[in-house]
Order: sequence, then C-alpha cells, then structure tokens
Amino acid sequence: MSEQLNSIKLSNAQIAWRAAQDIEDGEYVNLGIGFPEMVAKFQPEGREAIFHTENGLLGFGQAPKEGEEDWDLINAGKKAVTLKPGASFFHHADSFAMVRGGHLDVAILGAYQVAQNGDLANWSTGKGGIPAVGGAMDLVNGVKKVAVITDHITKKGHPKLVETCSMPLTGVGCVTRVYTSLAVIDIKDAQFVLREKLADISMDDLQSFTGAKLHIENDVTDLIVPQL
Amino acid sequence: MNKIQSSLSEAVSQIKDGATVMIGGFGGSGAPLELIHALIDTGAKDLTIVNNNAGNGDVGLAALIREARVSKLICSFPRSADPKAFSERYLAGKIELEIVPQGTLAERIRAGGAGIPAFYTPTSFGTEVAEGKPVEKFEGRSYVQERWLKADFSIIKAFKGDAMGNLIYRMAGRNFNPLMAMAAKHTIVQVNHVVELGALDPETIVTPGIFVNSVVEVSNPQQEEILNREGAYYPPLNAPLSNNEAGA
Repeated sequence: MSEQLNSIKLSNAQIAWRAAQDIEDGEYVNLGIGFPEMVAKFQPEGREAIFHTENGLLGFGQAPKEGEEDWDLINAGKKAVTLKPGASFFHHADSFAMVRGGHLDVAILGAYQVAQNGDLANWSTGKGGIPAVGGAMDLVNGVKKVAVITDHITKKGHPKLVETCSMPLTGVGCVTRVYTSLAVIDIKDAQFVLREKLADISMDDLQSFTGAKLHIENDVTDLIVPQL
Repeated sequence: MNKIQSSLSEAVSQIKDGATVMIGGFGGSGAPLELIHALIDTGAKDLTIVNNNAGNGDVGLAALIREARVSKLICSFPRSADPKAFSERYLAGKIELEIVPQGTLAERIRAGGAGIPAFYTPTSFGTEVAEGKPVEKFEGRSYVQERWLKADFSIIKAFKGDAMGNLIYRMAGRNFNPLMAMAAKHTIVQVNHVVELGALDPETIVTPGIFVNSVVEVSNPQQEEILNREGAYYPPLNAPLSNNEAGA
C-alpha cells in the first residue's frame, strides 16, 4: 500500500503550497529551517506576510543571486537572504521577545511526530548522536498558531501522527494544525480532526496510516493543490 | 579614556586557562573570527565557551575546538555544514555539551548582564531540557526557571566603534553580540572601523561603551563562509612556528 501512496501523495512543494494558502496578508511568520522555508515561495497573490528569522531580522526576502551574498545578511538556516523595504534588525533577546511574547502570528515547523493532544517531537530522535534544539522550543511556546508540515508517514511506513510521542518532546500541546502529504488535520480538544484529504485515498486507508483516531466534525473536503 | 588596543594579541592577552568566554555571532555572521584566531594563538585551554553554534569547517570556533582548547560548550545548535571538529571531540567524550534553547540562551545572557539571577520562561516546559529545573504556574500556565549566564570574557564583533567603546553593528551580524557585551567582566570587541569620538550618532548607538573594555580594529575582516568555501585551515599548516609556540 505504501508504494501506491507514493503515486498519490503530495510532494513537499505541494504541502508547502497548501500551508501558504492559510497565511493572511500582513501576518508575521517564522518558517523553520529546511522544508518549511519553501512555504515563502507560495504566498498567494495580493498577500504579503512579513517573515521573521531568529537571528534578528524581520522582513527578509528571497535568496540573492549567487556571488551577491552578504554573509552578515542570513536567515536562521545560515542561508543568504535579501532585505525587503521596511525590514529591521534587532538583537537575539528582542528576537525571542517577539517569539515568546506572542507577537508572531504563525510558525511552521517540521516534525518527527505529532500527538493527538498537540505535543510535538522534532528536535531529537532520542537515539544518541548530537542533540541540537535551536529556536524550536521557544517558537512552539510563544507563537499564536503553530503548524506542522510533514509527510503523513515515515520512510519506513510508520505513522507520524500518533496517540503519544515516543521521541523527546519539543513542546507540550502546542500544535494546532498539521499539513501532511495526504490530509489537513486540526488538533482540537486533544483530538485529530480531519478537515481535508486527497480524493484518491479512502477514509479507511487514511485512518490506517494514522496512529490515532481521526475525528470528523463537519464535512471533509478534498485536498486540492496544483501541479508544482 | 581610550579603549583602543593596537593589536589582536594584546586584546586577548588576559584570557587564561579555565576562563569562561562568550563568543558572539550566529554561524559566521557577526563572529569575531580574528579575535578567535588570536585566542587560539595564546594557547589558553580548558575554556568554557558560550556560542549559539559549535563552529563550521576548520576556522574560527571550529578550530578552537579542534585544537583541544574547549572543555565545555554551552550552545543551542551544534550542527553546521561541516561540524566535524565538534562532533569528533563530543563523540569521543572530550568536550562537555550543555544544550540550551536559543531564546533561553539569549535571555540567560541578557539576564547575566542585567543583574537578574533567574527568570521564568514557557520554553522547554514538559521536555527533557527542563528536567531538574523549578516549575511555577503564572496565570494558569506552567513556566520553567532558568538561571543567568555570565562570563569572564566576551569576544564580539561590531561594525564601528569609538575610543569609549560605543558600538554599532552590521545587519544580522548584531545577533548575540550586544547581549554578550553586557554579560562579561571584560568585553573585547573587534570592529571594522574605529571612528572619532562624536562620529557615532548617540541616537543610533546599539551598545553603549560602558559595556566594553577593549576595542581593536580589523579593517578587512575575514568571513567564515568564504574561508570554508576556500577550504581554509587555522592555524595555517605551513606557517612557521611563532615564538610563543616555539618556546612552549
């Protein structure tokens, strides 16, 4: 079945596109490093979010051309960025005052596991190696809406949406919405509530790839994204 | 008053074995690369280093770690494009690591500089990072107590500075630098430009000189990202031994 899944599931770009549709004009947004950074590319026309990066910059734009990088002008992923009109610089304590103080509207992060009560595990597999937390624990405890974008299952076919996280937690009860390669799921009253799913997957199959019960509140709509 | 020092080696000469040293920067941005290299040249060891990262490649903080000068690292994110200097020593059990969430790290340093011994933050509540720390409820929500962080020395980078130690920074190179300037007994700054007293507009000064002890000009600072692309290595492998090393 997981081979069949590969033919219908959304690509990372498509997951990022879907997440971008929910960002309103003028919202202050932090995108996690790596895959979540892709969300910035898919802002709907006529809307402009202001992007925050932990290392002290609001209002950055896309990457410069190769050879035009200024290495004092980078994002949290240590990638060179550019400035948009109205951008500002600030030190790290002010940057995290924005984060913890509830001034940012949206944070979009990746995940190893998300539990039905909104617990997030995304910083350590708990299997040794070198731990690295960065700003994730601050973001999940301070930003108004914390969303996750992720494949619905791991490469080995295990559910990433689970009853209880088995990996070390990043935050407790912090995630409110999950955009996966198969569905859009809200977390409400410590339950997964299914909002959208791909038309090509049955409810039973989707449930079988999900580690906790999917609840249905209102109509479930088709998850429709463009070819990207 | 004149805080200007004539050389990098003079600026770092007071840093001795066993010191706690905060190093500014986020990755290479705002990192005082020349001061770190001068610190390597002193031979000071058994250092506790506070930095957001753990170095990248074979220059700067990575070189300080590779040269076995660091016994403990306090940081939020010890990964990079090329983290082998840290990874090898960590996995061999030769360096202690204290992982601190990035915002908590910034606030602990700020608190250290501001005379606040402890504070409560929502960050890390319910995670293994909070184990053993006091938790208290405020307005129905749980918060974790964190302690201030202070240092014997901070070595930081700014864009312009004057003889009183007033500083402005460049772009996102500001990051941890103004916080670390406050949190050490002795703060050493490398600036791209030393300017005349009065040349910096008092309205735009980010770090007032009261937090700064020494200023040294490095007019064309090297950039970690560019050195790493070139495969640079510090100290240079084919360089003649300095008097200091020859005598050691």
